[in-house]
Amino acid sequence: MGSRVEILNDGGFRSDGRRQFELRDMTIDLSQQGQADGCAVVTHGLTQVLVSVFGPREAKMRSQTMHDRANISVEVNVAAFSTGERRKRTRGDKRILELAATIKSTFEPVVQTNLYPRSQIDVYVQVLQQDGGLLQACINATTLALVNAGIPLLDFVCAVSGGVHSTSPLLDLTLLEENDIPNVTVAMMPKTGKVTLVTMETRLHVDRFEEIFRLAGDAGKVIHGEMKNAVRSRTSALVAAMGSGPRVGGVDVAADKDGDDRMNEY
Amino acid sequence: MITFTSFPVPADDTYNGAHSHHPDVSEDVLMDLDDDQDPLEAGGSKLTYPGESLTSSQAYMRGHGTYVENEEVIASVAGTMERVNKLVTVRAVRTRYNPEVGDLVVGRITEVQPRRWKVDANSRQDAVLMLSSVNLPGGVQRRKLESDELQMRTFFEEGDLLVAEVQAFFSDGAMSLHTRSLKYGKLRNGQLVTVPPVLVRRLKSHFIALPCGVDLILGLNGYIWVSKHVKASDQEGEEGFDAEAVYSNQNDYIDDLTRIAISRVTNIIRVLAAHFVPLTDTLLLEAYEWTVDQEGGAKDLLQEDVGDALVATITARL
Repeated sequence: MGSRVEILNDGGFRSDGRRQFELRDMTIDLSQQGQADGCAVVTHGLTQVLVSVFGPREAKMRSQTMHDRANISVEVNVAAFSTGERRKRTRGDKRILELAATIKSTFEPVVQTNLYPRSQIDVYVQVLQQDGGLLQACINATTLALVNAGIPLLDFVCAVSGGVHSTSPLLDLTLLEENDIPNVTVAMMPKTGKVTLVTMETRLHVDRFEEIFRLAGDAGKVIHGEMKNAVRSRTSALVAAMGSGPRVGGVDVAADKDGDDRMNEY
Repeated sequence: MITFTSFPVPADDTYNGAHSHHPDVSEDVLMDLDDDQDPLEAGGSKLTYPGESLTSSQAYMRGHGTYVENEEVIASVAGTMERVNKLVTVRAVRTRYNPEVGDLVVGRITEVQPRRWKVDANSRQDAVLMLSSVNLPGGVQRRKLESDELQMRTFFEEGDLLVAEVQAFFSDGAMSLHTRSLKYGKLRNGQLVTVPPVLVRRLKSHFIALPCGVDLILGLNGYIWVSKHVKASDQEGEEGFDAEAVYSNQNDYIDDLTRIAISRVTNIIRVLAAHFVPLTDTLLLEAYEWTVDQEGGAKDLLQEDVGDALVATITARL
């Protein structure tokens, strides 16, 4: 390693003081922003993403309408100030287009688009801060924004990134770790355990893949618990404001407890 | 004056559901104490989230907002669960407008097509207003001529606002509107406010005349038209129809007091919508009286503390 920052030191701590399987702080804000149908601001540590969802609404371009289902369009915008070095990325940037296409293909099987023929669902992703795990933050925020917009989904989509430092797997990588070690992003649907996205931009040893993949699946369940709580409290607050229904919603404690426990075993 | 305004960042931090604790901390916020109680039998409405199993699909039928997988009925939206006999539905808290026949909507023309207008009505597709479902000048029973088709823009142009009723649905779910009543037609002398559609409940009448000289049209699609009061006799006229007046683009003279009253009502609606309070005529009237008592200007309402105070007072009275 030499003069470089150690990814994982002898005491088992990472550069930001986390242990191998610890996730970063996650905050979720579902409050209304402007005229959007649904919004979510999600932060994972220092990565922050704002997603606004509009629709389902009339497709602006006739060529995009499909007679049997809705079209999902994703537009990603990376703020110039989001990274350490100030850089303006244009909308045509290949990396950004690829990110948008990845988000789109992640959500196409999850959103019940067949309920909205000839419509369009617009997802606008605004990256406010980047510190690794950009795709995971985008996917988690998009899930929450879609839920907030009342668009029917088969399930939440929970994404988390993972990597391997020599032989020890790590979860929820920061930018420093992401640049240094092979990493993979996994998006899964916690109810069925189905995986809607696995993506790698680096080479990862095939023997390590299984372990990190399984870990990411378990971490997804922990993130699901967080997202579920946020949705619940937002829903119950709105229902309470409308003056009907219970003030506090119930959480199925047993279901996500075991997700947590499994994480603690490691 | 026709304006589309967006509300400044709403003051609803009480409802933003911000969570800020470490993901590894176990769920400590919302514990359910009566977990084992069957929500279907409990009678009360239960809150759901997408992917939550509700019940077995053998005992119950799935309704809107749910789907069936592995013989389970699963919620697909976040909202409240409702059960009617064996039918389980989930109503999403916030969603786009779901039209029903007979609903009164306010819309905006987006496109003029052969023999029809496309209308944005806050629904999942643009609504259609056929040339045959509007009242044309020269009597209600008049036949449509080719000349009418050529001068459709003299009736409604892109950007015009109108109030209409949902007449029917097309096979793809798009709604067809009609304005075949003297109550319906082009809107002028006022301002549009948009609110989430759930906040507009079905009322006996959606045309409300507030005593402060302001007329309100509460569209079920969440578009609300706030305008200067028009006397009922002026509206109808004899033989009911004055094409000049109905399709006019010209505002009447609106005095300053009325303008202030209109802004005050729109601001009240925005504040109530930001706090997710359902709108009714009595509520709006009480809110208006409260704001006049406070002796603040119409724009003071958009300040966070004044808005909070308004909502606190109004909801306490109910």
